[in-house]
Amino acid sequence: MNIVVVVRQVPDLIEPLEIVPTGDALDLDTASFILNESDDHALEQALLLKEAGGGSVTVVALDFGDVDNTLYTAVAKGADRIVKIACDGDTPPAARDSAAVYAEAIKPLEVELVLVGVQAHDELDGGLSPFLAAALELPYVGVIRGVKAGDASGTITACKEFPGAVMARMSVKLPAVLGILGADQPPRYVPVSRIRGAMKTAQFEESAATLAAGELLLSVSRLYPPAPATRAEMLSGSEEEIAGRIAEILAEKGLVK
Amino acid sequence: MSAQDVLVLAESRGDALADVTFELLAAGRELARATGGEVLAVVLGPGGAAHAPALAVADRIIAVDDPRLAEYSPEPFASALREVVEAEQPRAVLIASTSIGWDVAPLLAARLDAPLATGCQEICLDGDGLMVTASFCGGKMLAECRVAASPAILMMLPGSYRPTDETGKGELEQRKPAAPLEPGAIAFEQWIYPEAGDVDITQQDVLVAVGRGIQQHDNVELAEELAQALGGAVCASRPVVDQGWLPATRQVGKSGMIVKPKLYLALGVSGAPEHQEGMKGAELIIAVNTDPKAPIFDVAHYGAEVDMLDLMPALSEAIAARKG
Repeated sequence: MNIVVVVRQVPDLIEPLEIVPTGDALDLDTASFILNESDDHALEQALLLKEAGGGSVTVVALDFGDVDNTLYTAVAKGADRIVKIACDGDTPPAARDSAAVYAEAIKPLEVELVLVGVQAHDELDGGLSPFLAAALELPYVGVIRGVKAGDASGTITACKEFPGAVMARMSVKLPAVLGILGADQPPRYVPVSRIRGAMKTAQFEESAATLAAGELLLSVSRLYPPAPATRAEMLSGSEEEIAGRIAEILAEKGLVK
Repeated sequence: MSAQDVLVLAESRGDALADVTFELLAAGRELARATGGEVLAVVLGPGGAAHAPALAVADRIIAVDDPRLAEYSPEPFASALREVVEAEQPRAVLIASTSIGWDVAPLLAARLDAPLATGCQEICLDGDGLMVTASFCGGKMLAECRVAASPAILMMLPGSYRPTDETGKGELEQRKPAAPLEPGAIAFEQWIYPEAGDVDITQQDVLVAVGRGIQQHDNVELAEELAQALGGAVCASRPVVDQGWLPATRQVGKSGMIVKPKLYLALGVSGAPEHQEGMKGAELIIAVNTDPKAPIFDVAHYGAEVDMLDLMPALSEAIAARKG
C-alpha cells in the first residue's frame, strides 16, 4: 500500500506563547515548534501498515518551523520518501489553503491512503484532513484510532472513536483520507544516532506545489490568554506543606477516613 | 426559511439525544434572537421524529429519514445535512465538536465553500457577519474571529452554553432526501464496546487523573499508590492513553468518559477543553501543575504549582498519616 502522511509543525505549548503587538496572531518568532502530536500518530500508523503489508510511506510537509528534523526523524523511523513544499512567509497558512497545496503535492504520488492527524491545536478553521480529502476528491473519515488492512483487496478497516471508549469499526475502500487521532501503538522511539544517519543519507524531494492564499473566510481580530483562574484557590509552600494542606482539605470534606 | 435562521445539528446517541445538543440549541436560540431568525434543529436517521418533543427549544425540527442514516458513516450524513442547509440557507450552522462533528462540519464547509470555525465558545452578531470566540492552542489562548460569509459552519465546544428552558414553535417536519443517499466508500460495520473487567471510572468517588506531567510509564505506579491510599482509581488524559500507559477505559474527556466523582485530583493535566468536558462536573477538583497558566486551574477549586512527581509520594504519606 502506498501511503502518504502529512506532518505539521505546531507551537510547543510547554513553552510560553507570545502575541504580536497587533494582538491578532501568535508571535511565532518566539515560539518553539514541535511535530503535531496526532500527525506523529499518523506516521506511526503508516509505518505499522507498511510493516504489516508492504508498500511505501511518503512524508509530506510544508517547509516551516523545525520541519527538516521532523522529516529526517521520519526517515530514521522507516519512511521511504520525504517531500518538502516551499512555504514563504512567517506564518503557516490556514487549513483550507494548506489543503490545496498538499493536494497539489500529493496528486502525482499515486497514493492509496493519506493519513493526517485529525487536529492541530493551532488551527481555527477546521481540520486539515477533511479539507485535504475534499481537495483530492477522496472519501474521508476522521477521529480514527487504529487501522488494519481490510478483508477485501483495496480496503482497510478503521476504528472511529466515540465517547465512552466506544469504537465504530468502519470499512474503507481505497483510495481515501483518514484523520488519525491515535495509532495502534504509541509513536516509536528512534535513537539520535539513526536520525543523524538519516541526515547524511536521506534526500528531500522538493514539491513544485505552490501555496496560494484563498478567500479569507475567517479572520482573527484579537488573540488573548483567558482571564486568570478565578476559581482555584492556590496552595503554596513546599511539596510536603501542600500535601499536608490537601490531606487536610480532603479530611474536612470527609474524603479521608 | 430565512437567511437569518440558525440551524443546529442534533446528535443522538442510541435512543437519546446527546447532551451537547441542548447546549447548541441554547446557543442557537441566543443567536437567533439577535438575527431575528428561527432556530432549526436537524436530526438525521430513522426515528428522528421521536426526538421532536425534546427539541422543542427549536422553532422547526427537521427529521431526515433514510435507511443509510441508521448508523453513522460520513458520506450519507454529510450529504443529508448539506441538502437541508442548501434548502434552508441559514445564517449559521451549529455542529458540536464531537466525533461526528469533526467529520461532518469540515466536509459540509468544503462542499459549500463556506467558512468554518472550530473550538467556538461564544457567538454573537457583528454587523453583517458573526463574531466567534474560539479556544486556541489547547485553551491557552482565546481567539476572536470574524466570520464574514453565510452560512457560517461553527463547531461548538461542549460546555460553552447552558441548556435553556425557552421553547420555540416546535414544529416537526419529516423529510426524505431528495435523491437516494450514496453509501460512499466508507461503511459502518459494527460497534466495539470496551472490554468488561477494568475499573469503571464513572462509578468511582475518588479519581487520581494523570496527564503529560507523568512523563513516563513507570511513574503511573506512584499515581496508583496515591489512588489506593485515597480509596480511588487512576484515570488519565488522552496523551497518557495514546502512549499506551493506561487503557482507553481510563480516559477522561470528550472521547473518553464523562466522570462526576466526589474528588478529582488532576496531576500534570493541562486541562484542554476536551479534557474539561469530561471532568468539570466533579464535586471537588484539585489541580497540580507546574504551569501557572494551565487551563485546569480555571475549573479547579484548589490548585498547586508544583511537580506532580514530587507531590505524589508526599501526598500518599500525608494521607496515610491522616488515616493513622
